[in-house]
Order: sequence, then structure tokens, then C-alpha cells
Amino acid sequence: MAEDVKYITVTDDTFEAEVLQSDQPVLVDFWAAWCGPCRIIAPLIIELAEEFEGRAKLAKLDVDQNPTVAMNFGVRSIPTLLFFKDGRVVDQLIGAAPKKTLSEKLESLVAQTV
Amino acid sequence: MADVDFTSAERRNVVIIGSGPAGLTAALYAARANLEPLVFQGPEPGGQLITTTDVENYPGFPEGIMGPEMMIKFEEQAVRFGTDLRYGVVTEVDFSESPFKLVIDENTPILADTVIISTGAAARYLGIENEKRLLGHGVSACATCDGAFFRDQEVAVVGGGDTAMEEALFLTRFASKVYVIHRRSELRASKIMQDRAQKEEKIEFVWNSTVEDVLGEKEVESIQLKNTQTGERSTLSVQGLFLAIGHTPNTSVFKDWLDMDDLGYIITQADRTQSNIDGVFVSGDAQDHVYRQAVTAAGTGCMAAIDAERWLAERGS
Repeated sequence: MAEDVKYITVTDDTFEAEVLQSDQPVLVDFWAAWCGPCRIIAPLIIELAEEFEGRAKLAKLDVDQNPTVAMNFGVRSIPTLLFFKDGRVVDQLIGAAPKKTLSEKLESLVAQTV
Repeated sequence: MADVDFTSAERRNVVIIGSGPAGLTAALYAARANLEPLVFQGPEPGGQLITTTDVENYPGFPEGIMGPEMMIKFEEQAVRFGTDLRYGVVTEVDFSESPFKLVIDENTPILADTVIISTGAAARYLGIENEKRLLGHGVSACATCDGAFFRDQEVAVVGGGDTAMEEALFLTRFASKVYVIHRRSELRASKIMQDRAQKEEKIEFVWNSTVEDVLGEKEVESIQLKNTQTGERSTLSVQGLFLAIGHTPNTSVFKDWLDMDDLGYIITQADRTQSNIDGVFVSGDAQDHVYRQAVTAAGTGCMAAIDAERWLAERGS
């Protein structure tokens, strides 16, 4: 799985550049190793990163390692999925969600970007 | 079924809906009977155990095992014998005759000679407006997911069963204080869990009380309580509210076809897993509001697979 993953891993340090200043819409998955339901999201992020390559970014942020970003965005439950466009949160999902829901939300953001 | 075309749909011997202990045990048995079962994992793959910590009452694990880890083992065991495990949620069914029609994620048609429903149950919410608004911002139904965000803060758990005790005990690892709000003056939880909770210094019980409202602008700041004996209202300052007030079966998609009780649990024949529709079997919490244990769910999952296997054999398929 490690080879050729299409999603990016963001940190407190890289969040600004990778997410807030991104030209493309970004879906950030706030997760942690101890969170069972985060396991459900993980494979979806890999698949969606592939499907949306070049159109939207998929990012993962480990809340244990990067508490600042999580706190700034008021994340108090994981998995939390935040959808960013032009540096702002435009949509959010809390808890595990089916792939279809995620891809529909991303499609609509991509459509707005073009 | 309006716009889904079944003419060239994939057809399977056994389709299992749900991937908790019931669904994956049904899959294990069906796979070992060479029925090549197809499992749709549903919106919460792994089921309720994914959000628990130590499972201490599943036989065969004397030291206990973490819920998510146990479900990975269930999955591996089912897949080892040929289970086809897929992501997907069943959004519509037509049970008028076998092969039964299923729609996955509103667009993919599947035909199933037999169906095993193992959709389980989901945490129940209080059903108040502010609870929905603050979900993920202090309101939670999963202490193991969200507990760590409440370090050195005060939180409340609503409920009086084993889940409530387990959540409260887990939260003491992070929170400075854990209130357990219960509408009665005694707990429904098992003796061992009650004892553990009552011995824990950080836990304080608030008896005969219900949660009337959750207050806070962007995050939970307090909850409003009502005493069930005196009717008196009070406010408790907490930053987190964890719900453990029981479960609702995930059966609404089947309501036009299957007999259910008032709470939505599917009714099966006595000592069998057969529903009122011939060839549709039900296992786990979707049909059990009495025991609701991983081991009983696995037990009825096994029964459903054997029932389905016999049903298919009798019809020569």
C-alpha cells in the first residue's frame, strides 16, 4: 500500500501551504491510530485520491501528531472530514460516511472550481 | 427500483448485508459451504465493535481483545474461505420473489437467491435540535473515538447500561470528571461494570435525571437536566456529552417487506433465522433486542448461513 499512494500527508507545518493555499479543492481526513471508525475511511481516501487525481487533493492529518490544526478547526470528534476550497472550510462530515457521499461532495466542489 | 436495470445484474447464491459479528460469521459458514457469499459492509464496516475498546466477554480471548482488532480477525477468517467483501450500502430491496433484488448505493443492481440481513443496530440519540447541531463539537456517541479531545475537561455520559459504564470508565483516562446521568435510581449495567464504575473516583452519578437540552454556541458548554422525581431543572457545566442510551435497529430499508416489532426489530420464526419471507434470513442485533452480544450475534449469523444453505439445497440450486 505504501507504494504510489496518491493522497498527501499534512502536518501542522505544511497545512497552510498544502491545504489553505491549494488551487484545487482539498478533502482533509482528521484521524488517529486509536480510532476504529477511522479505519473505515482510510481505504476510501486512497481510492478517492486516485479517482480525483489532478482535480482535487486528498489529505490526511494525524490529530495526535498535529494538535494545532485540529484545535484551530474545532475538531473534537474523529474521523472528521473537512472540505476546503480557496482556503476556507466549505463542507464537513463527522463520523464514517459512505464513499458515494464523499465523492459527490468532491465532485460538486470540483465542478465549482472549473 | 424505478431506474435501476436488473437485466444483466450479477446474481449470487447468498448476499449478506452487514459486516459485524453476525454478518461475518454468516459469511464464514456460507463460504465454507462453497456458496461464495457476497458481503456488503454497510455504512459502518465491522459494526458496533469498531467503536469499543476491550472486549472481555468473547470466549477464546482470555486476556481480552480490542474491538477493532477482533473485527479484523473476523474479516480475515471470512475472506480466507472465499468471502467476497465489498464496500456498499443496500439502499433498496424487492423481496417479492427469489432471486431477490437489491440496489447498492442507489445505483448497482444485485440479484440474490437468498439474503442474510445482519445490519445490526446504531446508537440512539436524544433527538433534540441542539444535539444534532453540536454533534462532533462536544456531542458524541463514541468515547473511544473522541475521548482524547476532552483531556482535563468535564464530561457527561447519559445512560445506565454496560455501554454507559464502559464509556464513562474509558473517559476517566482523559477527563478530569465524568458525570453519569441516568433517568432511574439504579443501573441496568452488569454487576462487574457497575462495581468498576462506582469505584472510580472521577465518576459521579446523577440519578433520576434526563437531559433536556445541550447548550453552547459552537461547542458544548453545558447541559440542562430535569429531575424525573421532582421535575426540578438544573444546569450542569460540561464540555462533552456522550450518549449511551441504547440502540435502534438498522432495518428501515426492509420495512415494506418484513414483519417487525414496534421498535423495528425484525421478527423471525421461533428458533430459526427465517423472516416472514421465504429465503430471507436475519441474524444479529437486527432481530435481537434481548441479548445483543457479539457472541450471540455470531451464533445467529452461523444459524442464518446454515438455514440459507439448507434452503438452497432443498431447491437444488
